[in-house]
Amino acid sequence: MSLAEKYPQEIEKVLAKYPPEHKRSAVMALLYMAQREEGYVSKKDKAEIAELLDMTTTEISAIVGFYSLYHDKKAGQYRIQVCTDIGCALRGADQYLADLCEKLDVKPGETTDDGLITIEEVKCLAACDKAPMFQVQSGQGIKYHEQMTIDTTLELIEVLRKDAKEAK
Amino acid sequence: MFYMLLRHRDVPDINQIDVYQKNGGFDALKKAIKMDTTDVTNEVKAAGLRGRGGAGFPAGVKWSFMDNNNWPHYVVANADESEPGTFKDREIMESNPFQFLEGISIASYAVGANAAYIYLRGEFWEVAHFLDEKIEEMEKAGFLGEKIQGTDYSLKIYTHLGAGAYICGEETALLESMEGKRGQPRVRPPFPPSQGLYNKPTVVNNVETLTSVPYIISNGADGYRKFGTEKSPGTKIFSLSGNVNNPGNYELPLGTTFRELIFTHGGGIPDGKSIKAIMPAGASSSLIVANDEALDTPMDYENVRNVGADLGSASVIVVDDSIGLDWLINKTMSFFEHESCGKCTPCREGAYWMHQLTKRIHAGEGTKEDVELLKDVATQVQGKTLCALGEFSTMAVVSSIERFPEDFEAKV
Amino acid sequence: MSKEVKLTIDGKEVTVPAGSLVVDAAKKVGIDIPIFCYHPKMEPAGMCRQCLVEIGRPAFDRATGEPVMEEGKQKINWGWKLETSCTNPVSEGMVVLTQSEKAKKGQNDILEFQLTSHPLDCPVCDKGGECLLQDMTLAHGSSESRYRFDEKRHAQKHVALGESIWLDRERCIACGRCVRFQSDLVGEAVLDFDMRGAKSEIVTTSEPGFDSVFSGNTTDICPVGALTTANFRFGARPWEMEATASICGECPVGCNTMLDTRRDAKSGGKVIVKRVMPRQNEAVNETWICDKGRFADFSNADRVLEPAIDGKAVEWTEAIGAAAEKLGAAKGDAVFLADGSLSNEDLYTMKVLADAAGAKAMLYSQVGGGALTTKSGSYGGSGAGDVILVIGGDLYKEAPIFWLRAKQAVDRGATLIVATEAETRLDAFATTVVRDLAQGLEAAKKAFAKAENTAVLYSGDDALAQSCADLNPKSLIGVWADANTQGAWEMGYEAIADLSALKGKTVYVAGGDLLVAGAVEAADFVVAQTASMTEASQKAGMTLPSQTVSERDGTFTSGERRVQRFFAAVQPMGEALPGFIITAQIAEKMGVTLEGVSAEVVFADLAEKVAGFAGLSYESLAVVDAEERLSIGGTCYENEQGLGAQLSAVSTN
Ligand SMILES: Cc1cc2nc3c(=O)[nH]c(=O)nc-3n(C[C@H](O)[C@H](O)[C@H](O)COP(=O)(O)O)c2cc1C
Ligand code: SF4
Ligand code: FES
Repeated sequence: MSLAEKYPQEIEKVLAKYPPEHKRSAVMALLYMAQREEGYVSKKDKAEIAELLDMTTTEISAIVGFYSLYHDKKAGQYRIQVCTDIGCALRGADQYLADLCEKLDVKPGETTDDGLITIEEVKCLAACDKAPMFQVQSGQGIKYHEQMTIDTTLELIEVLRKDAKEAK
Repeated sequence: MFYMLLRHRDVPDINQIDVYQKNGGFDALKKAIKMDTTDVTNEVKAAGLRGRGGAGFPAGVKWSFMDNNNWPHYVVANADESEPGTFKDREIMESNPFQFLEGISIASYAVGANAAYIYLRGEFWEVAHFLDEKIEEMEKAGFLGEKIQGTDYSLKIYTHLGAGAYICGEETALLESMEGKRGQPRVRPPFPPSQGLYNKPTVVNNVETLTSVPYIISNGADGYRKFGTEKSPGTKIFSLSGNVNNPGNYELPLGTTFRELIFTHGGGIPDGKSIKAIMPAGASSSLIVANDEALDTPMDYENVRNVGADLGSASVIVVDDSIGLDWLINKTMSFFEHESCGKCTPCREGAYWMHQLTKRIHAGEGTKEDVELLKDVATQVQGKTLCALGEFSTMAVVSSIERFPEDFEAKV
Repeated sequence: MSKEVKLTIDGKEVTVPAGSLVVDAAKKVGIDIPIFCYHPKMEPAGMCRQCLVEIGRPAFDRATGEPVMEEGKQKINWGWKLETSCTNPVSEGMVVLTQSEKAKKGQNDILEFQLTSHPLDCPVCDKGGECLLQDMTLAHGSSESRYRFDEKRHAQKHVALGESIWLDRERCIACGRCVRFQSDLVGEAVLDFDMRGAKSEIVTTSEPGFDSVFSGNTTDICPVGALTTANFRFGARPWEMEATASICGECPVGCNTMLDTRRDAKSGGKVIVKRVMPRQNEAVNETWICDKGRFADFSNADRVLEPAIDGKAVEWTEAIGAAAEKLGAAKGDAVFLADGSLSNEDLYTMKVLADAAGAKAMLYSQVGGGALTTKSGSYGGSGAGDVILVIGGDLYKEAPIFWLRAKQAVDRGATLIVATEAETRLDAFATTVVRDLAQGLEAAKKAFAKAENTAVLYSGDDALAQSCADLNPKSLIGVWADANTQGAWEMGYEAIADLSALKGKTVYVAGGDLLVAGAVEAADFVVAQTASMTEASQKAGMTLPSQTVSERDGTFTSGERRVQRFFAAVQPMGEALPGFIITAQIAEKMGVTLEGVSAEVVFADLAEKVAGFAGLSYESLAVVDAEERLSIGGTCYENEQGLGAQLSAVSTN
């Protein structure tokens, strides 16, 4: 199904935010919409968004490539994005990430065997006082988890796994 | 402690509209929309409110630059907050959203904008959705939308999510991003107040700047100037992080010393270590040697310069004596290489090259010449980039090598 | 007249129009500031940072507005930073230093950054010899890299972006010229940067790839060897080639070109055309050409090499005699049939012979209204206040540079009405689009009433041409199939759209394959003056090999009535002769004396007889007004061979 068929009202609402001659401004929101189901922007969706906004698919790809929250390849259903930037690193984030990866038996950038969890290392998330912290990016959006320990993280992962199972 | 911005710390549930209203919420807006627009701008000018996004440019002066021969006008709130070490705007938006939205409304009224956008970094997904609800509540209560409070003035506020790019905090890159393009900075001039969003006059202000506005309108310029210094009036939120016992946001008058922030409010350095360096403006900052002179320096836009750095967005990162600065600048360069937008040559190539060097030096594989080369490449970038990001990328590098040479001598 | 501004650059005083950029002002006094991303035809982007200079501005007292004086002179304020000369407009009293120690250091610093990851493959690079980066490195760069070789970024070296263009990602310096050309200038955003920072790379993900009729231009403006054309890749080294001015023969726009030739082993050591390049003519093609012209076929496969009668090779004298006899016998019943691929000289000679023989000179053209177009002026550089009607055809396919100019006119504020039955690529830029021609005429009528300058570009029959002429536009332009159809109209050829009318006739046909085939099909006897050996030309009673545009001198008259010269670039194939010589020799045998040696003399005669051409000569067509020379910003050639001349608005008919 096309995005226009799946989310007609939402698309209309997004477009209404901008002057009609500048509907291209809606591209960011539409790309998030495209990522909802598979967690990445498919070729088909790129073409549809291009069509909807009078852009070329090349321009859409260029935008997907520029912004780090858009993906054009499939990864785990949940991307756990750990901040290891300077503020968090001064409060132990590097060690935390290493420990977490060891527990999950993955390297940063890799996905767990069940295909659900991808661990990623990201730059500052504006939560430097609450390290270690990460955000979970999924089709449903982005959620912060702050002042985490390995234990609380593993608990959260269990919950995510359960959610995923139930959703199926 | 007095809270002008972080009022939720005084008033629980101030993010509920009725609580906000009961505590004087929207009084400033009601007052402003009965004033002449230029009087609103003049009040903010007189208050000396300086932009909290980093550059410290006087907000009222910026508003008065709006080109009145070109319409419509826009206001854009910069909620990109991506400078490593900065986390104040998120707290404002999550906990004191109405004051922020009221600030946007007053600014919009002052410059004649009927549409305002809040550009939030994509990671603030939940904040954006929360603000959407708050905007709706304001519309229902008649503080936004058509004919606000029975006047002829109408305003819509919209949220707009970015998608993970530090450069989109730079105001012209932000505008490009809002227009549905790759977020790369524009050549300036023209500046946004003459040609901004959709090439129309646009005010871009930081969240904290806008959140300061209601207080100024309610209490007048003089009321505002009771806080802070002559040239840097008002209170400021200092985001304190790094090697400190109590990291967090502290709203203090501009001109408070580093010592008070770090030791009185922040509880000092953990594990019995001592303070080595301060980065007062996040990863973009020069490192200050944390000696007594520096610690006793008042944090305002002028005095921080005297100790060799800028106040910037006042994201104070504390570095203790266990940290090697070769490690630290490798972190900052990793950040800047990742975030350089790639549009201009010196930033794109400089960041890549510098990061190669910091990696090598940090890994203990560098030579004395590499350290010199690193500093040389950094100075070679300086003064030549299209926007300030390139400039930022060199600050920690140059200041570390110059002010903490022993850290590098030990590594090569 | 716009305001003039006076400034000083490296001690030289220069006066330029207000709004000029420092880089262009410098160029005017012969100072070349190094550039990569700036291109004189595009909005400055200020992204490569190569053009850094010191800029000082006169100081004024803030309070009083009075000049601040210092030692009897107005004080100059210098900023601490270098500034990009491509983004800064000039201002009165500005002082620019492009060669100061600080400026030079800045430029060299940037140059070093450009080279950090650039490969050192100049010896095998197609751009070697005409590469901005190479030139600058040789002039200013350090011979040693401070950059560790093993830390260089590597990228794909052979990426096919589309059918005609290849990309070498390692050579790309991310100046964005190609991206901006496609998105801003052409309006087909099929190239863009993917990723960001040092990972930025040029991509196309459109389908089918880099599909634009203007794609070849990106290889001209690419300042390095990142973009190259598929047909010229590894073809030759620029300095081994000889350049000859020509006019593109693919459509009626009349783009000025340069034919780059070189001896070619594969062609038996013959000198052949290796590539077609644009040549600047601001009134016609600026610095661009389309891919039809750039990738035109100069392979000379299937050329007619010698005269033949009934398919049997004969001597020229025999062929000429036989042709004269046939045509003479047919008397006034003979038809002299041409198309717009002939030069003015060929057409003129043929017309004079036809007139002398009391026969008809006819022009094959599917687009009607030729006589109407001979009264109008040029399409010119339209802008705000002007209205353009494009009706009946698809300019993008038929005359791409006309298309580009229409699109750019819209960018400058012109009103564009597009009236075509099918959708075209111009629709996206039009002010008004209608799918019905009558409605288009109606809309144009209204818009023309208030317009300053008006132009109609039409493709259609006589009736449509007449309706367009009734709008009384300042310029009425037929979008002909051929390069010189307009020339034939100017000389008073009669139109023939349906070749079946040739039944039973003896026809002397000169032109392209389509025309020859049509004539052979319909007529009784055909003398075919043609360059290519086709099935049809072999069936003609007689074939007389003619030279192509690249082999001879001549002129074309563009759809806008601009007469322009082309020059012989290569040796003719076989025994081929220029059309006018063949015709003159036949004429002689028929008792009519015509000039049959020099194209220049034919043209002189033509200019005397054909009223619109009055006063023109090969010499006058070769004039280049020095003032017209503007910055080029790429491998487009400067025009040193002549800008041609616009025909006056009086016609001969
Ligand atoms: C690389 C870069 C990143 C920036 N990031 C932010 C940001 O995240 N938030 C912000 O308010 N200003 C940021 N700025 C500053 C803005 O360009 C702009 O000056 C500011 O939004 C103006 O608002 P103010 O006058 O209220 O400070 C950044 C500037 C640069 C050069
Ligand atoms: S391919 Fe050429 S024109 Fe395009 S960005 Fe790279 S260097 Fe510039
Ligand atoms: S920045 Fe001026 S030429 Fe590139």
